[in-house]
Amino acid sequence: MAGITPKERMAIQRHHMLEQDPDVRNKNFSEVNLGYTVELAKEEALRCIQCKKPLCIDGCPVTINIPAFIKKIEEGDFKAAAAILKKDNALPAVCGRVCPQEEQCEKVCIVGRKNAPVAIGYLERFAADWERENLGIQLAEKKPSSGKKVAIVGGGPAGLSCAGDLIQMGHDVTVFEALHEIGGVLIYGIPEFRLPKAIVKAEVEGLKQMGVEFRTNSVIGLTDTVDELLQEYDAIFIGVGAGLPYFLNIPGEQLNGVYSSNEYLTRVNLMKAYDFPRSDTPMFNIEGKRVAVFGGGNTAMDAVRTSLRLGATRGMIIYRRTETEMPARIEEIQHAKEEGVEFMLLAGPLEFHGTEDGWLRSVTIQKMELGEPDASGRRRPVPIEGAIEEIPIEVAVIAIGNGSNPIISKTTPDLNVNKWGNILVDENTMKSSKKGVFAGGDIVTGGATVILAMGAGRKAAKAIDEYVKNKDIW
Amino acid sequence: MVFLRLLILQEQCCYRNIKFGYIMNKIIEARFLAPDIKLFKIEASKIAQKRKAGQFIILRVHPDGERIPLTIADSNSKDGTITIIVQGVGKTTKQLNTLEAGEYIQDLVGPLGKPSDIENFGTAVSIGGGVGTAIAFPTAKALKEAGNHVISIIGGRTKELVLLEDEMRAVCDEVYPTTDDGSYGYHGFVTNKLQDLLNEGRKIDFVLAIGPIPMMSAVAEVTRPHGIRTVVSLNPIMVDGTGMCGGCRAIVDDKTVFVCVDGPEFDAHKVNFNILTKRNRMYLLQEKVSYEHYCKLERKIKEEVEV
Ligand SMILES: Cc1cc2nc3c(=O)[nH]c(=O)nc-3n(C[C@H](O)[C@H](O)[C@H](O)COP(=O)(O)OP(=O)(O)OC[C@H]3O[C@@H](n4cnc5c(N)ncnc54)[C@H](O)[C@@H]3O)c2cc1C
Ligand SMILES: Cc1cc2nc3c(=O)[nH]c(=O)nc-3n(C[C@H](O)[C@H](O)[C@H](O)COP(=O)(O)OP(=O)(O)OC[C@H]3O[C@@H](n4cnc5c(N)ncnc54)[C@H](O)[C@@H]3O)c2cc1C
Ligand code: SF4
Ligand code: SF4
Ligand code: FES
Repeated sequence: MAGITPKERMAIQRHHMLEQDPDVRNKNFSEVNLGYTVELAKEEALRCIQCKKPLCIDGCPVTINIPAFIKKIEEGDFKAAAAILKKDNALPAVCGRVCPQEEQCEKVCIVGRKNAPVAIGYLERFAADWERENLGIQLAEKKPSSGKKVAIVGGGPAGLSCAGDLIQMGHDVTVFEALHEIGGVLIYGIPEFRLPKAIVKAEVEGLKQMGVEFRTNSVIGLTDTVDELLQEYDAIFIGVGAGLPYFLNIPGEQLNGVYSSNEYLTRVNLMKAYDFPRSDTPMFNIEGKRVAVFGGGNTAMDAVRTSLRLGATRGMIIYRRTETEMPARIEEIQHAKEEGVEFMLLAGPLEFHGTEDGWLRSVTIQKMELGEPDASGRRRPVPIEGAIEEIPIEVAVIAIGNGSNPIISKTTPDLNVNKWGNILVDENTMKSSKKGVFAGGDIVTGGATVILAMGAGRKAAKAIDEYVKNKDIW
Repeated sequence: MVFLRLLILQEQCCYRNIKFGYIMNKIIEARFLAPDIKLFKIEASKIAQKRKAGQFIILRVHPDGERIPLTIADSNSKDGTITIIVQGVGKTTKQLNTLEAGEYIQDLVGPLGKPSDIENFGTAVSIGGGVGTAIAFPTAKALKEAGNHVISIIGGRTKELVLLEDEMRAVCDEVYPTTDDGSYGYHGFVTNKLQDLLNEGRKIDFVLAIGPIPMMSAVAEVTRPHGIRTVVSLNPIMVDGTGMCGGCRAIVDDKTVFVCVDGPEFDAHKVNFNILTKRNRMYLLQEKVSYEHYCKLERKIKEEVEV
């Protein structure tokens, strides 16, 4: 294909990824997206015109050399493509699946000006999957041991990417995780049908083989405090995520059947309640039930799509603004619609009603309309007087975001946090107010994205490397 | 029997307690205190050093197991063990109670929750109902160490369900066993005994009550008119135990609390016991299914072994 001109490249239409049929997949937990075949991947790679000044790289929070890895796919050298990805992204198989590409790399892709942008995320996923499936776990090179020890608190994407970089730099790395499994939101939040757990496990296995030590069942702040870790380790990275569920604070929230999205998804994903009773953890029996999910982000989409797979007769998204304001990835909204999710927009809950015995029976919602634009320029939803509706439901899932868990800040008084409990750090080094302690990911930014958490972990790893060598960055 | 149990665990997934090269959570001692109530001493040196009265752990018995909370009844920082006392009420606790010394617990995390508020109140009464006595024991001990005159009322339906009498006698000034059927000690409920003490004019400054919800709410009603500071330990259904899921929420003083991080101990006069009772019934149906599934498995394997 050497002779192909840029114009010809740009005329090729974007290749769709194969997907499970909506009517089939909404009844199973297998992955929805089936990935590119080798042929499709190579053809899609042809669409990249190999820009001299690739805008896409600026759009990627970890600045992956996008044209370079795509070129390797075009040439059929998938191993080399994966190696390029791995240089900047410790979890390409994960990011290729869950990154909001349309907001990042693909948003600025030049091909996207006239045609659909190059499917960078799909290609990233393809290269990473190809490597894992054909070559198994590939270990990166490791520098000679520095004799320095670093503790990572939290086994989510921030902690894992920090651990991955530090182990390559030759440091001793131990990850402390509160739960019994490693992966953070990747393992307890994002469902199997979007991100198979086996992929996360393979990545963690790779880190283990590199020498990262994992201590599960360790709640830092309780099992050990940050100060105690500091006596044993030269530096600490805190990546404990945003793990404190917000509730709506409306009457009836204590009724049986009302869940936080964290609990709902944790029961299903981490505790495998979909496999009850083979797996011990129970879940409210969703079969034949009507489920309302409050919120408009990825979490809400995950919860509502999970409900359909558990046999719900109705799965509703109830959101106070309109679809354009929904923070969820476009693909997730699209997939949810195809699977039969109902969208009730411009509607906010007022009260949950229950039976005598405390079971959820219905919710009353207030219909809204768009009013004047607010300071941010968005038109604010305002209640329409008298437009109140009662909707019968048996299950409600509250997916309106998470705050920061106070266990660490309460037990580490000299760690500065803002009024929401987010750890305050220096933007360039991710160092906190406490000597030797760095932080990144959702605990610093509030709920954000996998790739931003990973970027923060990498930034911190670089600074930690400097700090443990000469200690004078505070 | 051991063989059978291993088969059941294997059926549910592989039996894996050796993690990342560490052997963890070994059971050092296991013995029944009463029918269905078993005491375990488990190797967990970090927790043993750290834990304070009132705190709990969460454990899983096998890789597909549920996470369940259990109070740390005692600990020994020298040999690095913690003691838990488990009442077999359903699938997980019954399965746990089949484990013996030398076996391992899959996952064990702690110490979780806030420690009890211990002060020298003066005269403190510790009330335990059934396995609640085990949960009350560490706090009773700590109250004594803080200089209180500690009276302990330990109740059970019948004689053999009165737990830890000797242990309580060793750390309390007065101990009153009670049984519902009069087969041992005082004939009546723990609340009757408490009321008697109050009627006798005993000055009581602090009451700690732990046991079934109806018992705790009854104690709250006995002490309320006297304005006696009363603390109860709540037992909602938990998952993570770190404040991440909100499943353990309860209403105290008309506000939502997460029992795993804000408790488990709360002012008895402010707890909404009604809502707690209803929330604890959330999985009644599934708990039955789970238990029956477990029994069926056990039976199936037994038959196969016999054939
Ligand atoms: C349902 C859901 C769907 C999402 N979908 C997407 C998506 O499609 N795309 C995307 O980019 N982003 C998505 N996100 C957001 C993304 O998952 C997060 O931004 C990202 O995981 C943050 O990474 P983190 O490492 O900072 O924290 P986390 O992933 O939250 O990991 C933190 C880890 O720290 C552990 N921990 C907490 N406290 C302690 C302690 N005291 N001691 C030890 N360990 C502790 C936790 O158990 C957890 O394992 C989603 C989030 C959710 C909840
Ligand atoms: C802070 C705390 C400390 C506790 N300490 C002890 C103790 O020292 N000894 C003891 O025997 N028991 C204790 N319990 C109760 C114990 O956790 C439950 O008996 C156990 O979880 C029941 O599980 P199961 O599968 O055997 O029974 P199931 O049949 O599943 O349930 C029986 C009942 O136990 C409760 N329960 C079920 N699942 C959970 C769960 N995941 N978390 C909490 N409660 C649940 C429900 O009310 C349910 O109706 C404590 C509970 C809490 C919250
Ligand atoms: S990591 Fe995310 S933003 Fe970066 S190239 Fe991959 S999909 Fe795009
Ligand atoms: S902007 Fe688009 S076309 Fe240009 S290098 Fe990046 S992916 Fe290729
Ligand atoms: S058990 Fe999940 S928040 Fe308490």
